Amino acid sequence: MSKNPYLGLYIIMAVLLVLPFVLPNSFYVDLAIRMAINAVIVLGLNLLIGFAGQISLGHAGFLGFGAYATAVLPTHFGWHPLLAMAAGAVAAGALAAIVARPIFKLKGHYLAMATLGLGIIINIVVRTEAQWTGGPDGMPVPAMSLAGFEISGDKHWYWLVALVLSVSVWASLNMINSPFGRALRALHGSEVASKVVGVDVVRYKVAIFVLSAMFASFMGSITAHYVGFVTPNLADFFHSIELVTMVVIGGMASVYGSVVGAVLLTALPQALTSFEGWETVAFGAILMLSMIFMPKGLVPTLSARFGRGD
Amino acid sequence: MALLEVNDLSIHFGGVKAVQNVTFSIDAGVVYAVIGPNGAGKTTLFNLITGIYTPTTGTIQLDGESIAGKSPDELARRGVARTFQNLQICMNMSAIENVMVGAHLRLDRNLLKAALRWPALKQRDRELHAEAAELMRFVGLDAYVNARADAMPYGALKRLEIARALAMKPRLIFLDEPAAGLNPKETIEVDALVRKVADSGVTVVLVEHDMKMVMNLSDRILVLDYGKKLTEGTGMEVRNNPDVIAAYLGAHA
Repeated sequence: MSKNPYLGLYIIMAVLLVLPFVLPNSFYVDLAIRMAINAVIVLGLNLLIGFAGQISLGHAGFLGFGAYATAVLPTHFGWHPLLAMAAGAVAAGALAAIVARPIFKLKGHYLAMATLGLGIIINIVVRTEAQWTGGPDGMPVPAMSLAGFEISGDKHWYWLVALVLSVSVWASLNMINSPFGRALRALHGSEVASKVVGVDVVRYKVAIFVLSAMFASFMGSITAHYVGFVTPNLADFFHSIELVTMVVIGGMASVYGSVVGAVLLTALPQALTSFEGWETVAFGAILMLSMIFMPKGLVPTLSARFGRGD
Repeated sequence: MALLEVNDLSIHFGGVKAVQNVTFSIDAGVVYAVIGPNGAGKTTLFNLITGIYTPTTGTIQLDGESIAGKSPDELARRGVARTFQNLQICMNMSAIENVMVGAHLRLDRNLLKAALRWPALKQRDRELHAEAAELMRFVGLDAYVNARADAMPYGALKRLEIARALAMKPRLIFLDEPAAGLNPKETIEVDALVRKVADSGVTVVLVEHDMKMVMNLSDRILVLDYGKKLTEGTGMEVRNNPDVIAAYLGAHA
């Protein structure tokens, strides 16, 4: 077992370092930023779905939570953007814990149903409470500044998001190969076996769900600041499904699969514009074919073919 | 005082009385076997003692402390380990990781330290890796130290479960049919392994159908039939008990 699990991280960091100097124009820089943001969200979701084996169909709801915390709290209450971001993440985590605790005492896919409902409720709230959120039209997000230094323009955002992505990949790799991560993967592999070696299964499932929700909320805030505007679409059901699709296509229980899935599915709609009106059909066909021929996802399938783990 | 004392233990699933009023005790350091025809309630008894099921009535005491109805992870903290009749291996992990999970309670499980690759945590994990490799050699899995769990044959996975249970450093280990599905040669090897485990100071409770193995290993034997205790005693006593012969051969005594 001479393979180094961190090799992929070095490659990602190298690509992130070189990318701004080779991208021809700001359109591609924008695309790269969106890919990196999605990669972090998908990574957090993959910890939950791929590693711990629990499904969330409402993850865009948590994303929306963070995005609207970042928009609403500074606009209406004059909070500092960083404080708003932290408050959003803590509130999303608390909400996740409240929802998850009773659900995880049950067996089966109740989490999928509950998160589906939760995501839809969050979306309805932001659409309806127009005096706070701007309703379906959305609302602008105040600029973010750190110690008098305003983060604006593609360059700033690119480096910030690249840093967040690198740290997230590093921390996730560390985590899955730690006692905590092993317990998480073990309860996915055999719940009863992990129980009898002493893993408090409910506690671990709640912990990873909360962590994953906070990841999403934090990245929701980042997205809101970057785009400068939030709309309820960010938090809708289709976005949740899109995120799950990125996990599945890239590869469940694969850190690098999360990044690859996010990058590919963020780029795909752009690449398919030449299909003129048939993009969605082409998109669906690609998803179906990849599931038929690579049911485990891109990265696990390819790494098995070329004789490497992870 | 006995290590484990089970008193008047019963569990009912609806109208089915899977275990009825069973009483026995196990002294520290022995090999104790539970035998009986299929459906006699042996695995149910294991599930009751290891916290998978909560008894309908009766008491279970470990070292004088009541453990009936406690959850499996609470029992793990008290040094109770087990293996499963139908394998419970984490196929999404490597073989050695399956063993390392057994040491879960002995590790620092802090999430933040894990994410930051805390040096002390990483160092402990390296030690554990070596310890787990040693355990795999102990159970005769030298060839599989670097293997993936889903690439291992059935007989090896049975041993992997024993290695995982031993990684808990248990006081009491429940082995649910360790020789089931094994060929005669493998059975002899498992027989020797169980002896080795017992010699290392762990109290062994065994459910097994291979009578030769049971008679060879066990200090005492509990015989169940239709959820009830038929008899309990040494191998010789049990073998000559007319009720046991009747239960196994189907004769009416």
